[in-house]
Amino acid sequence: MIMTKRDLPTLSSEVLEEDIELTLAQLCRTCQLPADQIVDLVDEGVLDPVGRDPSGWRFYGISVRRIRCVQRLRQDLGVNTAGAALALDLLEELEQLRARVQRLDQ
Amino acid sequence: MEFKDYYQLMGVERDASQDEIKRAYRKLARKYHPDINKEPDAEAKFKEMGEAYEVLKDPEKRAAYDQLGADWQGGQDFQPPPDWNEDFAFHGGGFTDSNTDQFSDFFESLFGRGNAGGGYRPHSQREFHMRGQDSHARVIIDLQDAYQGATRTLSLTQSQPGSDGRLHSRERTLNVKIPKGVRPGQHIRLAGQGEAGLGQGESGDLYLEVEFHPHPFYQVEGKDIFLDLPVAPWEAALGATVKAPLPTGSVDLKIPAGSATGRKLRLKGRGLPGRTPGDLYVIVKIVLPPADDDAARQAYREFEKAFTFNPRANLGV
Repeated sequence: MIMTKRDLPTLSSEVLEEDIELTLAQLCRTCQLPADQIVDLVDEGVLDPVGRDPSGWRFYGISVRRIRCVQRLRQDLGVNTAGAALALDLLEELEQLRARVQRLDQ
Repeated sequence: MEFKDYYQLMGVERDASQDEIKRAYRKLARKYHPDINKEPDAEAKFKEMGEAYEVLKDPEKRAAYDQLGADWQGGQDFQPPPDWNEDFAFHGGGFTDSNTDQFSDFFESLFGRGNAGGGYRPHSQREFHMRGQDSHARVIIDLQDAYQGATRTLSLTQSQPGSDGRLHSRERTLNVKIPKGVRPGQHIRLAGQGEAGLGQGESGDLYLEVEFHPHPFYQVEGKDIFLDLPVAPWEAALGATVKAPLPTGSVDLKIPAGSATGRKLRLKGRGLPGRTPGDLYVIVKIVLPPADDDAARQAYREFEKAFTFNPRANLGV
């Protein structure tokens, strides 16, 4: 049977960076990391949860991407957490500057 | 299958020391890492580099690879020699930090496949459950879609394990809701639409990285929108109320008297919608009417006579 586009249900979606909020436990499960490693990443400034103490922390969905990026940089390039955190900050700044250059070039 | 010249891929001599190989890999890995390098072929290059390094960093595998001889050229048609023993001591193990699923047929024909991430291989009989991989793709939308929300149909290729335990790719067509207010570089998550899990494992998620089609007159930076608005010299000098096209419809915009080209007028909250909506910046751009007939030329001459004006005064000339 050939499905036409009309027959397909429209999948609901959410914006990772804005719509999704995770608790520490949910973040651990999503990224398959123990809580102490997440706490290390908070201490390193990689993650910036809302809330005072770990039991009340809420992480925006962007945290998932930041954690995965740090994990890949650590594994693939042999840098430590502080080095990966620095790279991540610079990469994000680079991304913003690229967007600005692109705008100004147009 | 194609022969792969691992030495050439890593840019090292065949007699390079293990330290030289490691240094070459580190340098290339930093250059082509997909988190760092946004070129479309970076990921493929990075994987190729990883495969080359997997062989060359391991003296055993490197020695076996060297046995093939130095006469092979990258891309040449290749079959393992008949006396090649696939059951080398390292066959099926030793891949501690690389995912060999990503490696080429050439690699597999020489060294087999490791077990990393491969518990679902047919030779493993025990029950195995694993969550499916997350899938990643790109979706290109129009600026209007981000203002209003939209539905987009997209096709993508995903892999899923078949009855033989191997991964097969399949084409999928999806209707996706584009959430209002999404910005370039953000990710739309479709829960459970990634690759199928193994056994009872649930499916992964699908992430769509959002990109915008270039717009003829709006530029996007984060959640802010920029519009170059052409104005006549008299509108800029004397002030005027002019029509400005916004993505949500035209508005009457007040140009303050004495505006120079480049002056930014901020329309708060008129950028991309969201919890904190972005701003829209109108950038004044003075354009001159052409002096293409006598009347126009005469008007410019009158204009010149009316002013004592040196536009280059602050350049000292």
